[in-house]
Order: sequence, then C-alpha cells, then structure tokens
Amino acid sequence: MNHIKRLLCVALVVFAMMPAVQAEGFSAKEVVLEHIKDSHDWHITDIKNSEGQIVPIAIPLPVIVNSSTGWHVFLSSQFEHHADNSGLRQGPFGLAIATEGDYAGKIVENGEPVLDLSITKTVAVMFINVAILLCCILFSARWYKRRKASDPAPGGFVGFIELLVMYVVEDIIKPGVGKGYEKYAPYLLTCFFFIFTCNVMGLIPFPPGSGNVTGNIAVTFFLALCTFIVVQFSGNKHYWKDIFWPDVPLLLKAPVPLMPLIEFVGIFTKPFALMIRLFANIMAGHAIAVAMPCIIFLVASMTAGVFYSMSAVSIIMSIFMMCLECLVCFIQAMVFTLLSSVFIGMAKAEPAHE
Amino acid sequence: MITTLLAIEGVAKLGAAVGAGLAAIGAGIGIGKIGGSAMDAMARQPEVISKLMTNMIIAAALIEGVALFAAVIAFMCL
Repeated sequence: MNHIKRLLCVALVVFAMMPAVQAEGFSAKEVVLEHIKDSHDWHITDIKNSEGQIVPIAIPLPVIVNSSTGWHVFLSSQFEHHADNSGLRQGPFGLAIATEGDYAGKIVENGEPVLDLSITKTVAVMFINVAILLCCILFSARWYKRRKASDPAPGGFVGFIELLVMYVVEDIIKPGVGKGYEKYAPYLLTCFFFIFTCNVMGLIPFPPGSGNVTGNIAVTFFLALCTFIVVQFSGNKHYWKDIFWPDVPLLLKAPVPLMPLIEFVGIFTKPFALMIRLFANIMAGHAIAVAMPCIIFLVASMTAGVFYSMSAVSIIMSIFMMCLECLVCFIQAMVFTLLSSVFIGMAKAEPAHE
Repeated sequence: MITTLLAIEGVAKLGAAVGAGLAAIGAGIGIGKIGGSAMDAMARQPEVISKLMTNMIIAAALIEGVALFAAVIAFMCL
C-alpha cells in the first residue's frame, strides 16, 4: 500500500512539472484595455476558420463623420481590418482609423482628426440599455394607470420596480432634498435607474450586455453636468449668499476673499468628484472582471501544476469579484443619487435661525 | 540619451505602481476605520443595525471615490 502511495506521489509531481499548453504571446493589458475602450465596431470574439486563420466576429456600426468633403455615413466594416505600413486602417472618402500615435483609435483624414459623431460601441450599448430601461419602467407605469390607489399592492416584476422606486424616494430623495422633493424626484430617479441599468448591463459578459457605458468618462461627465445644472438653477438667494458672503469672521472674506473663493471652487469640485467616483469605480470593476480570467491565459505556458492551480484560483477570484461588482453597481447608483439629492437640498437651504 | 529616455519611462511606471499601492493603503485605512466603528456601534445597539449598515456603505463609497481618484491618476501615469 505504501509503495502505491509513493508511486502516486511521484507521478503527481512529474505531471505537475510537465508543460501544459502552448500559448502565443498574450498581452493582458491589451485585452483589458480593448474591453474598456470605445471602438467603431462591436468586437465579440475571434474564431479560427477552416483554413486555420483567425477571423474576428464583430458587429460593424455606422460611422457618421463630417470631413472636408462633407458628411459621410457608412458602416465601419468598410475600414480595413489591419493597419498598413503607416499604422492607418484605410477606409472610404480618404478617411482612416489611426492605430498608433496621438489619435489612436480615432478617424483621421491626412493626419488630422475629423468631426466624428459615429454610433460607436458605447453609444450602441447605451441605446440598448435605454430601450431596456424604458420597457421596464413604462410597462410598470401602465400597471398603475389602470388601478386606483386603494387597490392591493402589485406583485412580481411591477412589485420589484415599486420596491426600488419607493426605496429611492423614501430613503434617498426625501431625506436628501427635504421639502419640495417632488419636483426633483423625476430627475433623480432617472439618474438612479439609468446608472443602475448601465452598470448591471456592463456586467453581463455577452452581447447585448458587456458594454462599458458608465465606465466612460464622457458619460459620467454628462451626468455630473446635469446634476450641476439642476443644482445651480435651483439655488435660492441664501445659497448664493452662503457662497459669496458666508457667515464667517470678516478677515476670512474681506481684503482677500478666501472663503468665497474656496466656496466657489467647491461648486465645481462636488460634481467633479461625482463624475470621477462613478467612472473610476465602474472602470476598475470592468478591468478586474476582464483581468481575472486573463490570469488563466498568462499561466497557460507554465507547468501543468501551476496552470491548474492558478486556474482554480482565477475562477474563485472571478466569482468573488463578480459578486462584489453586483454590490458595487447598486451602491454607486445609490451614492450618485444620494449626493445629487443632498446637493439639491443644500441649494434650497433655508437660513439657520439664530 | 537613449538610456535617459528608457529611465524616464521606467520611473513613470514605478511612480504609477507606487501611487496605486499608496491609494490602496489609504482606502484600506479609511474603510477599516469606518468598518470598525460600525462594528462597535452594531454590537452596542443591535436594533439599529440596518441604519448603521446603510450609513457605513455610504461612507465607504465616498472614501473609495477618493482612493479611486488616485488610482485613475496612477493609471494615467503608466
């Protein structure tokens, strides 16, 4: 019996030392960046066809540019798949996608970027997310139109939407905004549901999900800009007085307007922090969600023992990180809405009576 | 000349890595303190656990925002 055990141990060690699989050069950084960055076509995967060539499966998206020859609309499949000697993917009308240099990934004409309003991957995914969101919300709203307030509460999907809406209104909007919260509830609820839907769809690994919408700084910039506009336009006299002539000792505001300057800069830093917080959280989450399976590819060229054990580690880490990401999706949507409602509440502040 | 350029690029990557590590330390310390205080409060008053949990999550998200701000800057240095 001991002989057999010893033999099995030796066999296991020998097996663990053998090389596992052949792997070509694999750059984890490129794979992660490709999933996070925007692009003109929706690249799904690569497959090997019958001749052994690697064929990418990609959904081409419309390209809408305004170059020196006017407006052009065409599908992005008309660009070459591979770059030529000067690093440009040639296309029609003298346009090309640069693959390196300052304008990498953008459409250029003779080296200069053109006005590009294309439906890129982020835009297409955003349209899909908005369509899903509208279906969910409008379907639930129809349920309420056909019933009176004294009817029993809804169940099923409508009940779930009502749960989310009531949670946001009761625990986030009402305490944050204070009096008169009904006027701002539509905007804040839209914020919450849009961010939540985009975050959740970004976690699903295959189309129509897997798009990096809220992890794109342009999208979060626009959301923060909307909050900024809503807050400034709902500021009453006391809000502006508190910024430019706050209730502090005279030396802090008279010869050198120290506090007013700090408060004025604070108007801009608060939405800026909103933008960075949402962008960084979601982008980091997507990067980790892609990088965890990349570990398997990185250790593929090592011995079998390392390969199998690290694959198991990678799978466990992936499951854990995806669970964390589900939580982060909801928390980031909630924190964005909460801070927006708190800023609106501060803008409508009543003066503290002494 | 070439060695200087290579050294600059190497130092940039080193800076990015050190910055990301420091951001992680900052986030760890901040959220650890929040979690610790929340644990103490929950042990003291078990009936308000859900309220404490909500506020703990909010504070952790705010701290993580600042730490990820540093992580984004570190990523731009790469």
